[in-house]
Amino acid sequence: MIDVAFLESTIRALLRGVPLTLSLTAGSVALGGVLAALAAWGRLSGVAPADWLARLYVFVFRGTPLLVQIFLIYYGLGQFRPTLQAWGLWTFFREPYWCALLALALNTGAYTAEIFRGAVLSVPYGALVAGRACGMPRLLLFRRITLPLAARQALPAYGNEVISVVKATSLASTITLMEITGLAQKLIAQTFRALEVFVCAGAFYLALTFVIIGLLRLAEAWLSPDLRPRPAIRPA
Amino acid sequence: MLAPSPLRPEAVAVRDLHKHFGRLEVLRGVSLSAREGEVVAILGSSGSGKSTLLRCINLLEVPEAGEVVVGDEAVAWRARRGGRVPADRAQIDRIRSRVGMVFQSFNLWSHRTVLENVIEAPVHVLGRKKSECIAEAEGLLAKVGIADKRDHYPAHLSGGQQQRAAIARALAMHPRVLLFDEPTSALDPERVAEVLRVMRALAEEGRTMLVVTHEMAFARDVAHRVVFLHEGRILEDGPSDQVFSDPRSERFRQFLARGE
Repeated sequence: MIDVAFLESTIRALLRGVPLTLSLTAGSVALGGVLAALAAWGRLSGVAPADWLARLYVFVFRGTPLLVQIFLIYYGLGQFRPTLQAWGLWTFFREPYWCALLALALNTGAYTAEIFRGAVLSVPYGALVAGRACGMPRLLLFRRITLPLAARQALPAYGNEVISVVKATSLASTITLMEITGLAQKLIAQTFRALEVFVCAGAFYLALTFVIIGLLRLAEAWLSPDLRPRPAIRPA
Repeated sequence: MLAPSPLRPEAVAVRDLHKHFGRLEVLRGVSLSAREGEVVAILGSSGSGKSTLLRCINLLEVPEAGEVVVGDEAVAWRARRGGRVPADRAQIDRIRSRVGMVFQSFNLWSHRTVLENVIEAPVHVLGRKKSECIAEAEGLLAKVGIADKRDHYPAHLSGGQQQRAAIARALAMHPRVLLFDEPTSALDPERVAEVLRVMRALAEEGRTMLVVTHEMAFARDVAHRVVFLHEGRILEDGPSDQVFSDPRSERFRQFLARGE
């Protein structure tokens, strides 16, 4: 039977994990976006070392499980504690939060790099030539033509990636972080009621995804004004 | 049409242009100039190098040898890896901003409205005031007959309307020369006329135009001069009535006879 009181207390307990889930998501999407932009630039730059570095980065972080990456950064780097301390990085790698954020960012950055690269390559050649032909310098051409056309192309795939990051944050629970999944596991250990607790946890992720889908739809409408209904013909 | 006085200065000139793609020689020493107000039709079968010639003028293609002069400015070169590249990127951008180009496939920016397409370069390349550019753009759109489409996106227009918007976009830069690269080749026959009508009006205004085209009637009636390219060389270059009535080359006779 449905135990309303228990459900309510579960929801209340898991709600406390939402800020951490959101902060891991926002942080890793932001940092991963920067990494992705750098890697995509490396791939497209035509500069051989930058190209190879970007290829290596994408290959490694797309080719290994996120869980392994989290463990390597959190547990693995612990073995280099003296070195990290000497470099002043230990305060950073000591914290499971920063380790999870870094692993998530590196992972999503690798996938996103390919999304960005594909989007830039999809910009019609004619649009670029038209920009060049009227004297746009390279940076202006990128800002006014390439970027807006690539952004709308990237958006659906990028939305997938953001949603998968929301769910991937649950792996942070494996290194002691009490985000939604971490709290759920803790609650189950106390109550042995796995079904209700995990259903609630799943519903939280679903709700977060729902919000992100809404935001993506707004972004898409904003980036693709030409796909909206055409304006009424005005008298000349 | 009455040709402009031979005393008028050259608006654009290329001298002894050579361009190859890999082993394929596309231009083999082409020299061509247009005086201010002159309309030059460039004819030739496909692969003759006429589009490449046009694209060399605004440096969308970089010729391996030869000079390019727009107005009083000659493109500066510097040697690199046994070849050469333009010495000054800013100079290339400056020259391009003075040369308007109209493409076969229109190449409007799909994410901007017709009006935004027209004011984009004047505002962002020339740094002119937006309100001023909008007022001028409205005039240009009226001139090409699509004033009512100013807030439409390119995807909502017919091919002929898109090409006329592209012409307005080129005009908005106050170009010294207009380059047309087969402007009607991608259009339905019934749309061709509306674009040619606009081009004819521009010619009558005394604009300098280089037009790569397959429209023989336009070359004959509107252009002052006709140039015929074949395998990267100019075989005919003269007043249009003369070239059509008394061609020098056998190849051009064949070209006309076949209606290519």
